Amino acid sequence: MNKHVKITSTEPADLSRRSFLVGTAAAGLALGYSGVPGLLGADQALAAPASFDPSVWYSIGPDGLVTVTCGKADMGQHIASTMAQIICEELGASWKDMRVQLASNDPKFNDPVLGAQITGGSWSTMMNFDAMSRAGAAGRMALVDAAVAAMGVPPYFKDELVVRDSMVMHPKSKKSMSFADIVKSGKITKTFTPDELKAIKLKTPDQYTMIGVSVPQLDIPSKTNGSAKYGIDTMLPGMVYGKTVTPPVRYGATVKSVDDSEAKKVPGFIKAVILDDKTATTTGWVVAVADTYANARKAARALKISYDRGPNAELSSDSLLAEAKRLQALDESGLFFVKDGDTAAALGTAAKVLEAEYTTSINIHAPLEPMNATAQLQGDIWHLYSGNQFATRSGAIAAGAAGVDPKFVVMHQTWLGGGFGRRLDADMMVPAVQAAKAVGKPVKVIYSREDDMTMDFSRPLTFQKIKAGLDGDGKLVAMQHDVVSAWPTKRWGIPDFLTPSVDKKGALDAFTVNGADFFYSVPNHSVRAILNEMAQNATPSGQLRSVAPGWTFWAVESMVDELAHAAGQDPAQFRIALLDGKGKQDGGAQRLRNTLLTAMGMAGYGARQLPKGEGMGVACVSSQERATASWTACVAHVAVASNGEVKVKKLTVATDIGTQVHPDNVRAQVEGAALWGLSLAMYEKATLKHGAIEQTNFDSYHPLRMSQVPEVAVSVIANGEKATGVGEPAVTVVAPALGNAIFNACGARVRSLPITAEAVKAGMKA
Amino acid sequence: MLKLNINGKTMSVEADNDTPLLWAIREQLQMTGTKFGCGAGLCGACTVHVNGEAVRSCQTALGDVAGKKITTIEGLSAKGDHPLQKAWITEQVPQCGYCQSGQIMQAASLLAKNPNPTKEEVVAHMDGNLCRCMTYSRIQKAIMRAASEMRTASNTGTERRAT
Ligand code: FES
Ligand code: FES
Repeated sequence: MNKHVKITSTEPADLSRRSFLVGTAAAGLALGYSGVPGLLGADQALAAPASFDPSVWYSIGPDGLVTVTCGKADMGQHIASTMAQIICEELGASWKDMRVQLASNDPKFNDPVLGAQITGGSWSTMMNFDAMSRAGAAGRMALVDAAVAAMGVPPYFKDELVVRDSMVMHPKSKKSMSFADIVKSGKITKTFTPDELKAIKLKTPDQYTMIGVSVPQLDIPSKTNGSAKYGIDTMLPGMVYGKTVTPPVRYGATVKSVDDSEAKKVPGFIKAVILDDKTATTTGWVVAVADTYANARKAARALKISYDRGPNAELSSDSLLAEAKRLQALDESGLFFVKDGDTAAALGTAAKVLEAEYTTSINIHAPLEPMNATAQLQGDIWHLYSGNQFATRSGAIAAGAAGVDPKFVVMHQTWLGGGFGRRLDADMMVPAVQAAKAVGKPVKVIYSREDDMTMDFSRPLTFQKIKAGLDGDGKLVAMQHDVVSAWPTKRWGIPDFLTPSVDKKGALDAFTVNGADFFYSVPNHSVRAILNEMAQNATPSGQLRSVAPGWTFWAVESMVDELAHAAGQDPAQFRIALLDGKGKQDGGAQRLRNTLLTAMGMAGYGARQLPKGEGMGVACVSSQERATASWTACVAHVAVASNGEVKVKKLTVATDIGTQVHPDNVRAQVEGAALWGLSLAMYEKATLKHGAIEQTNFDSYHPLRMSQVPEVAVSVIANGEKATGVGEPAVTVVAPALGNAIFNACGARVRSLPITAEAVKAGMKA
Repeated sequence: MLKLNINGKTMSVEADNDTPLLWAIREQLQMTGTKFGCGAGLCGACTVHVNGEAVRSCQTALGDVAGKKITTIEGLSAKGDHPLQKAWITEQVPQCGYCQSGQIMQAASLLAKNPNPTKEEVVAHMDGNLCRCMTYSRIQKAIMRAASEMRTASNTGTERRAT
């Protein structure tokens, strides 16, 4: 056993200044000493021995404080705190000793499953649970070994030791030692091979004392007194400011000339920088640089810029939709994401065939912190300060903008003032880097809200057509589903993020069709993913909270309702029958059925008489992806006025997430997600006209406000399966539940998001 | 050079009269607790108090506040323990947190005048403050909790004085 135990520090130990480190590395988990307690960023040279290069998840200082380095972007989902909680459970530390810090883009902080630094997909807890648990457990084992040595208890007492509240205790002999004293003792010498790490026996859920407890989130106090630092709060010595001037077309414009004669009259004006963006992230952007942001704004307004508006200048939402319909009608369009049975034949012989088109509008992320970045060149190294969800790619874009190799870029992470997928994109690095390069000083670039909205990497406009067939008994036997949209993930140019089509004819963007591969048993089922190239060019799109399931379930769950009514069956019972758990649906279907039943029970679905003009509607989803689904169902209760106005009375959401690390946070996320779903379903709409996004600020783009919040009831099912994500699934279930409720209330079937009073009124039978 | 009275201190900034208070506070005086969200009076992220009234600092020119008493989130309480701040922690309100300085400042101006608001009054007072993370129901709960704590504290205070 001893052959893997070694002293990793070759320096004479001055332990008062040193920290005990635990981290998983490619080579396994290593423990050692660092000369720089608590500082683990790539920018801060880690004074570890040359042979020791762990990717470090936490350190324990001589003061006993455990500092967890979170490689995930924290945009309000409290993931840093969650990582600390998972480590804390196995480590046996006291919660009051836990601290968090945010990782740089050093690859050693890459996600242990994804192999990159990216935060999205509601993946983080699920994919890091095991690694963080093992890191915590390994730390505990190393501490115990050291404590045995330091306390002078015989090694065979090891099993009698209790680790709790940052103490290693031996109850029989009443001896104990704090983590702080163990670290100071310098007796920690254990390392783990990957096999040893894998072999660690983790706690079983019945042994948990931290997982499942709503501990106070570590980031919250700083978010009540103004001290939490976001990217926009970056201050560097000698820093000047850049204000972006964005072109009158979303994408494809070029700058013909810039007249800065008026800008030169603005005090503090330094320079107008025309971006030369080799990464093609931006087109036709200029940055006005000045000594203060107020002056940069003034100078930006004073610039006279003439543009070539480029190839997309006359496109509109209508043209994108028309193109989508044209593509959908072509047999050769797209690639198959699902192809079970023979859909065409089954539709040919079906007793009843329904056909419907569903659309969703362009939507804007609009996190409350507008995009911003601060760039500084120090020696050969570019330092970028910007809250981002994809450090790996952001660093590469910054490098591209600077014309250097990505290894010369250090991304400094901050808290994110909202992400929602917007900060997976890295456009803000480009103006910051190029302005800093042009003026030879650190530059902080801040978008105005108008820049942020009109240059958003928006949720794409989508068009879906579903054709479905019922047999003579009203059973669903065939569904043909086409999804036409821009392909956000394809734009990244990272082949690994694309998915081969089922017939291996090409690679498709599964992040535009996920959800369409649902858990209903439908023997003949096909799904085509079709790229709308026109939209791809005119409105470079991005991942918006909940991504594809935000539109695929809008179509599927609306259509399933339409089929139930056509079959003369209750829509909830119709779904339950489809969730039979046969074949590949085994496991998932049953869990989804159970959540649906839970939501129905909580809402009193079918058990309550509703007044005229009111209705309840159901929907159930397996968002985000089949492999990562959180089973979520919603019952929406609405009242519809004769003019088509919809009042949402209540949303009842049930979600099965396997294991909940932090119940209170799960509720906060599920409720926030459900309200996002409501906001997208009823209030948020962006449009393209003359190649530009028409909505520029919160007077024309309308996220939900407090007065629009209905009652939301949440039930969380934690059945002991592995933990799944909660940040997104509830977004996707609300729109179809609302549409179905509206139909039950007034007979109007709405197939376009957002739902408007006009559309509801028009759909009512006279 | 303009002189401002912020959180009880006199501070000078080099800026024109027409500069929005927001940018002077944030970028020149480097008190970054006050946030920029829209620059148009539409989101409330930049809310501060001027002579006790909640105002949108992005819509307030420096020239108009010289000599007035300005309070930012940093100055709402000495130790970050205003009843609203404590209630925000108890209810675990913030998600991304970016809107919350503005929410707290907006709520503080309500409770200063109306120690016992109804839910409707809270909604009416807070509706101009966007929370993109949709923490609205916790914001409401925290305001009610703080209001009740403040009432209890002032009742206790009165009783003590009476005895
Ligand atoms: S930034 Fe002032 S109201 Fe939005
Ligand atoms: S907590 Fe994120 S905007 Fe309110």
